[in-house]
Amino acid sequence: MTVTVRDALNQAMDEELERDERVFLLGEEVAQYDGAYKVSRGLWKKYGDKRIIDTPITEMGFAGIAVGAAMAGLRPICEFMTFNFSMQAIDQVINSAAKTYYMSAGLQSVPIVFRGPNGASAGVAAQHSQCFAAWYGHCPGLKVVSPWSAEDARGLLKSAIRDDNPVVFLENELMYGVPFEMSEEVQSKDFLIPIGKAKIERQGNHITLVSHSRMVSLCLDAAAVLAKEGIECEVINMRTIRPLDAEAIETSIMKTNHLVTVEGGWPQFGIGAEILAWIMEGPAFNYLDAPAVRVTGVDIPMPYAKILEDNSIPQIKDIIFSVKKTLNV
Amino acid sequence: LKKKAALVSRLLSKTKCDLHKLEEGPPLQAMLSREEGLQYYRTMQTMRRMELKADQLYKQKIIRGFCHLYDGQEACAVGIEAGINLSDHLITAYRAHAYTLTRGGTVREIMAELTGRRGGIAKGKGGSMHMYTKNFYGGNGIVGAQVPLGAGVALACKYLGKNELCVCLYGDGAANQGQIFETYNMASLWKLPCIFICENNKYGMGTSVERAAASTDYYKRGDFIPGLRVDGMDILCVREATKFAAEHCRSGKGPILMELQTYRYHGHSMSDPGVSYRTREEIQEVRSKSDPISMLKDRMLSNNMASVEELKEIDVEVRKEIEDAAQFATTDPEPPLDDLCNHIFYNNPPMEVRGTNPWTKLKSVS
Repeated sequence: MTVTVRDALNQAMDEELERDERVFLLGEEVAQYDGAYKVSRGLWKKYGDKRIIDTPITEMGFAGIAVGAAMAGLRPICEFMTFNFSMQAIDQVINSAAKTYYMSAGLQSVPIVFRGPNGASAGVAAQHSQCFAAWYGHCPGLKVVSPWSAEDARGLLKSAIRDDNPVVFLENELMYGVPFEMSEEVQSKDFLIPIGKAKIERQGNHITLVSHSRMVSLCLDAAAVLAKEGIECEVINMRTIRPLDAEAIETSIMKTNHLVTVEGGWPQFGIGAEILAWIMEGPAFNYLDAPAVRVTGVDIPMPYAKILEDNSIPQIKDIIFSVKKTLNV
Repeated sequence: LKKKAALVSRLLSKTKCDLHKLEEGPPLQAMLSREEGLQYYRTMQTMRRMELKADQLYKQKIIRGFCHLYDGQEACAVGIEAGINLSDHLITAYRAHAYTLTRGGTVREIMAELTGRRGGIAKGKGGSMHMYTKNFYGGNGIVGAQVPLGAGVALACKYLGKNELCVCLYGDGAANQGQIFETYNMASLWKLPCIFICENNKYGMGTSVERAAASTDYYKRGDFIPGLRVDGMDILCVREATKFAAEHCRSGKGPILMELQTYRYHGHSMSDPGVSYRTREEIQEVRSKSDPISMLKDRMLSNNMASVEELKEIDVEVRKEIEDAAQFATTDPEPPLDDLCNHIFYNNPPMEVRGTNPWTKLKSVS
């Protein structure tokens, strides 16, 4: 059976709301509007005002309220309409949620999920297109998850909601409508994907491609094209940004000897930069036959015009080009 | 047939002007000359037609991304501009096409920005929410963020001593933002020449004012800042209130807050049909009873200030202007790729920008 990422998220939330009374959802337009991107469709009708709460447009305030509720024993899902708006509330995410368990030396936990679409969309311009994976991935005390497929969305959101720690859950608007095959096992109510474990989406011997979220699709597309030329890519879907599954990446590099990371966000101090640093410092470095390389968004604010926007984010041809340069073919 | 001299026109609207911490408000009567009336009519009609054309182009997928249309609210933009000078300053949120027009942009460059072409007012790089002109600071995508910015502009006005002020707009949805209250406090403490204007169109995206605000008396929410609430569908009400507010600021009394009660016919944006949280009857009722353009038209006709024919002629001219602009906006080429990395820094020597991979180095100039 095929399920879209949107429906997978919806079903995961529905099942977790049913399973645990303490779980509730708050955010802008999540209730009566069914969600700005319809991810929470039907939930208000089913669970009502107490569990599905429409907030005013006041991120700092409602994120703080969500964190407080988590401190006092509830398990909130705090939706940011997009993660761009989380910047208005980032103090609450970092200082109130992420650091509290540490500061209290284990007395006060914060079982909260911050979720919403992250990164570039289509034509939404500079203030609505930023990727926050690197920003949140930087902070100890946070778990940061970035699902790609419907199965990822389902299993990781359930894990995030059941996790007793603050989890930043980075969705992608362009992936919401994409359908994926979903096995019976994945559809079961207790199907969980562990946070902190990457998945190999495609096996290959010649080069390792590491990516997260929508860019995994591009990596698989590039791999299909390259396969026709006899180049077999191993595509790793990170699934989690923090904690980083460096071991999965290292194991792959020890097999393929080549690495290209692919992300939608900006290059400087980004996900690829971090992965490359890990590899430099770890056991896989000596297995590299060529410098590891990053494919990233262009280092500019996101332009609006289609031709400019298309050239601001990695395209399949950029991945193919980087693979061939790395393999020296 | 037509009175060429100025005509005293009754200003009283359906609801009287509500005052907060003000002894008196704007005058209840206003002079409307024929020239003014025709100009307001033309500008509002231009706005209306421009927004409807944008709707069309969006549905044809020639405009992409976000598109927040202003039809229904024209009296606010036109009335405000009529109460200030072009040398004053203005900032608003994302429902900004109309203000780009009143602040000196042309329909052509606004539409070409919406279609993402090089002839756009921001060279195609900003899009719907990020249009700027002289003394117009956009076009801002993050709800509420434009309010502290506006007070900052007002601070510069006071600092530079040129008797200019800043009009700082936000919606009913934004009105609950904390940064707005922080701004009220500082603007008041420092007596900044700032007119805060809340365009209350009753809905913040899909959430009605009653569901978002513990107090919907937005004109009172400035607390220690004097406020007035005005019919935003009546252009003369808006103009007179703006003049009154401008006088307050320019006399050094500090900020003032205006709530304009208005209405948007479209949904929040083009992806919102706008009928899941309000009834079609409500929209229709406003259209038939309070449309700002119709109201001005009726007023001018009933006072013999214009003929039906000459208003029709204006309509025809406006239609043509919009068609020409749309033609330009759909045929002008997209921006050149070598503009991709420009405009990162101002007054900076040319620099290199990383492309999508380490072998691609792109050029960036100021």
